[in-house]
Amino acid sequence: MKIVIVGDGKLGFTLAKLLSGEKHDITLIDNNSDVLEKSQEALDVMTVSGNGASLEIQEEADVKSAELLIAVTASDEVNLLCCALAKKLGCHHTIARVRNAEYTKQLQFMREDFGLSMIVNPELAASRTIFRIIQFPSFLKIDSFSKGRVELVELKVDDDSPLIGKRLDKLFHELKLKILVCAVERGEEIFIPNGDFELKAGDKINVTAPRSNLARMIKQLGISKQKIRNVMTIGGGKIAEYLAEELISSGVNVKIVENNHERCVELASRLPEALIINDDGSSRDVLLAEGIEETDAVITLTNLDEQNLVISMYANHVGVPKTITKLNRTEYNILFSDIGIGSTICPKDIVANDVIRYVRSMEHGSGGSILTLHKIVDDKAEAIEFYADEGTRYLSVPLKDIPLKKNLLIASINHNGNIIIPSGADYISRGDTVILVTTGREPIKELNDIFADE
Amino acid sequence: MNKRLILKYIGYMLVIEGIFMLPSVGIALYRKESASFFAFLLTIAVLEGVGFLFVSLNRKKDGNFYAKEGFCTVALSWIIMSLFGALPLYISGAIPSYVDCFFEIVSGFTTTGATILSDIEALPRSLLYWRSFTHWLGGMGVLVFILAIVPLSSENGNSLHILRAESPGPVVGKLVSRMKTTARILYAIYIMLTVIEIVLLLLGGIPLFDAVTISYGTVGTGGFAITNNGIASYDSYYLQGVITVFMILCGVNFNIFYLLLMREFKLAFKNLELRVYLGVILASTLLITWNTFGMYDSLRSAFHHSIFQVVSIITTTGFATVDFNLWPEFSKMILFILMFIGASAGSTGGGIKVSRCIIMYKSIKNEIKKLIHPRSVKLIRMDGKILSDDTMHSVSIYFGTYFAIFALSILVVSLDGFSFMTTVSSVAACLNNIGPGFDVVGPLGNFGSLSVLSKLVLSADMLIGRLEIFPMLLLFSPSLWIRSK
Repeated sequence: MKIVIVGDGKLGFTLAKLLSGEKHDITLIDNNSDVLEKSQEALDVMTVSGNGASLEIQEEADVKSAELLIAVTASDEVNLLCCALAKKLGCHHTIARVRNAEYTKQLQFMREDFGLSMIVNPELAASRTIFRIIQFPSFLKIDSFSKGRVELVELKVDDDSPLIGKRLDKLFHELKLKILVCAVERGEEIFIPNGDFELKAGDKINVTAPRSNLARMIKQLGISKQKIRNVMTIGGGKIAEYLAEELISSGVNVKIVENNHERCVELASRLPEALIINDDGSSRDVLLAEGIEETDAVITLTNLDEQNLVISMYANHVGVPKTITKLNRTEYNILFSDIGIGSTICPKDIVANDVIRYVRSMEHGSGGSILTLHKIVDDKAEAIEFYADEGTRYLSVPLKDIPLKKNLLIASINHNGNIIIPSGADYISRGDTVILVTTGREPIKELNDIFADE
Repeated sequence: MNKRLILKYIGYMLVIEGIFMLPSVGIALYRKESASFFAFLLTIAVLEGVGFLFVSLNRKKDGNFYAKEGFCTVALSWIIMSLFGALPLYISGAIPSYVDCFFEIVSGFTTTGATILSDIEALPRSLLYWRSFTHWLGGMGVLVFILAIVPLSSENGNSLHILRAESPGPVVGKLVSRMKTTARILYAIYIMLTVIEIVLLLLGGIPLFDAVTISYGTVGTGGFAITNNGIASYDSYYLQGVITVFMILCGVNFNIFYLLLMREFKLAFKNLELRVYLGVILASTLLITWNTFGMYDSLRSAFHHSIFQVVSIITTTGFATVDFNLWPEFSKMILFILMFIGASAGSTGGGIKVSRCIIMYKSIKNEIKKLIHPRSVKLIRMDGKILSDDTMHSVSIYFGTYFAIFALSILVVSLDGFSFMTTVSSVAACLNNIGPGFDVVGPLGNFGSLSVLSKLVLSADMLIGRLEIFPMLLLFSPSLWIRSK
């Protein structure tokens, strides 16, 4: 598929990399030719230098024969203009990044006029992810499927965990829980485990479970943490603003430390119930003076990854139960798994996953379309939710008789709202939604792609 | 440096070179040329053996591949490809000295067309075919071919460095976003041109073998003929006309053909390099026609031979219909200058390239303006696009390095004690991948009488010229080989 991406920034480059890896033909547009040169050396893509919102450049990039245009420049207005122009040129699908909350609201209203297929807002998406983690602080990561009925959670097997040394097929028996371990990260290796897999201390495991079972699971595993009532965010950007809104409405106290006075005034006017501190959040004295030791959760949201990491490490050190660190660059993630900084989130990756899901669902045939896609364990595996329609093969055939591809596991089947953690005797019916986890290199675009034959 | 990945690419290249020798085996079998038959079989066995060894030893090696690896792969591939490609000539005993074999095959791969043979017709058919086929392979580049067919991990842009190192021109870009597709389009156009020329030549009534070998020589802008008299043996306006047209076509940037296929006619014909290229051909032809008018019986004949020769030299093919050694000095000097200008960027031809000359001209103009208005800010444009300082800089450096290598080579070749024109033109003909020069190395002469040292230097010049200097020079830079420098 031909895809044009306008804006070769962090998000644009990530999207180009992921989509080009899925064998799409990518053209990158940016007005900085040095950046383009670098991208061209790193990726198998075409580049066009110039203003992506101008007709001339869009024609040069052959937008009219492209199937999708993704506008992710720094400016919302330019992104919208890019999409409107592309639509006019005959590009059927357009995705724009729109960050400004005021626009987001009116866009639902103007979507048709701009010809937008999808709007992405990394800050909003990030704040929602953080909010979910805060609701279940025992987990490092939490992703939802089936509109929140099924959750995929990541947790670390601590030294005293009852899970150590347990065979996975015995877990159900011993814990009386409807959960399934679907991916295990051990050092740099990723496993899609079988029933005879045994867990070790230090493993990071990904577990799918019906939401209703999460609380019991936390209790059984002895990993419960107290509910979060006080949150401190370091950095008062857009994520902090979105997050504070949600937290306040769910009754959590929010303290925002922000260095810029004007921004503080702005925040104070929009979030009257939050406590806005105008000071340098990277200073230890400020953190101590604002009572970091008594806070339930510290979320570091400044623009500097290094600063976020150091503050989170410090928060851990002084005994804050939960820390969440925002990182813009994830290439050094391997270093952070051992130093105890708790959860990390990367806004651009969250958005990139949404876009990839959209792209894959654009080109799916008949045979079960994608509903949700999450990248897990450092982007080395994917958890995808599909809808089984009449084109899906092997309907009503027991799973043990179906030839599945390697490195792939069916994690749950949602049958009329009833969540099944499948065993060999279960089967997929028409109308079910199926969640699967895979580490395979080939992108799975529809449910029929999981079968090994053909 | 990722040496194992480089070896893997070279392994692929060797395997493919072996496969490309198979037609010659068939010809040897058909013509019952037993010496060359066994020579080819043995060479293929060696190529496949070494190639598969390299590939399988480094099967799992991917990892990092940056600009230096790309340049290094291309430079090493071309040297190794020539070393192995010379084996059939040597083993079959057709050319007794290995240095001569190497010179001949380098001349083939680099599409130079300079020969050390005085009696070309004495060579077995299978070897003649291989010799001409190297032109075809070298014209577009074997590594570009590898990019088109071998499934390499193309997630990153490592292939771009290979394309840049192997394709000529100051700015090399892709036609479409996928490198594999780009390489396939280039080869599709290339094969199309070859087939059309073969058919048109067959219509002119020459044997299939001649039509095929001449087409290889033309579209690769090589210049090997299979007769001692070269193209003069095909004494017909039609045949020589067809060859002229295809030489012109193959000296054009292949991007232009892609634009034509995409029906972007306006954009294609607005291309400055194309216009200058055609303009230079026309002007030179008219001047030489005027200058040599007295030597031929009709204006048509004078024009015919002039345009053939002009095109043959500017596209760096090196075919000859007449002995231009006998032309007046003025005409010879025009040809000599054309040798340096060369074909267009992104074509199969050699030389400095028309676009580099245009850029150089524009920057000289700019420099003069700057002297008059020291504080003026002026950007250099080509086809509406502003050229970056990096491009300007690299073009200037290219000119400097080019003439430094030219001067050094002349110095070495002059040890042989030939005439001034022989010495200078032999280096110019090799460095620009043309083939024939003047005097001793003229269209009816050959390079056989030069010393071993000169042949080696000229072989190096041909490779340097084909890969546009820097990939080759890079190999001799110690910092490439010493760890962490």
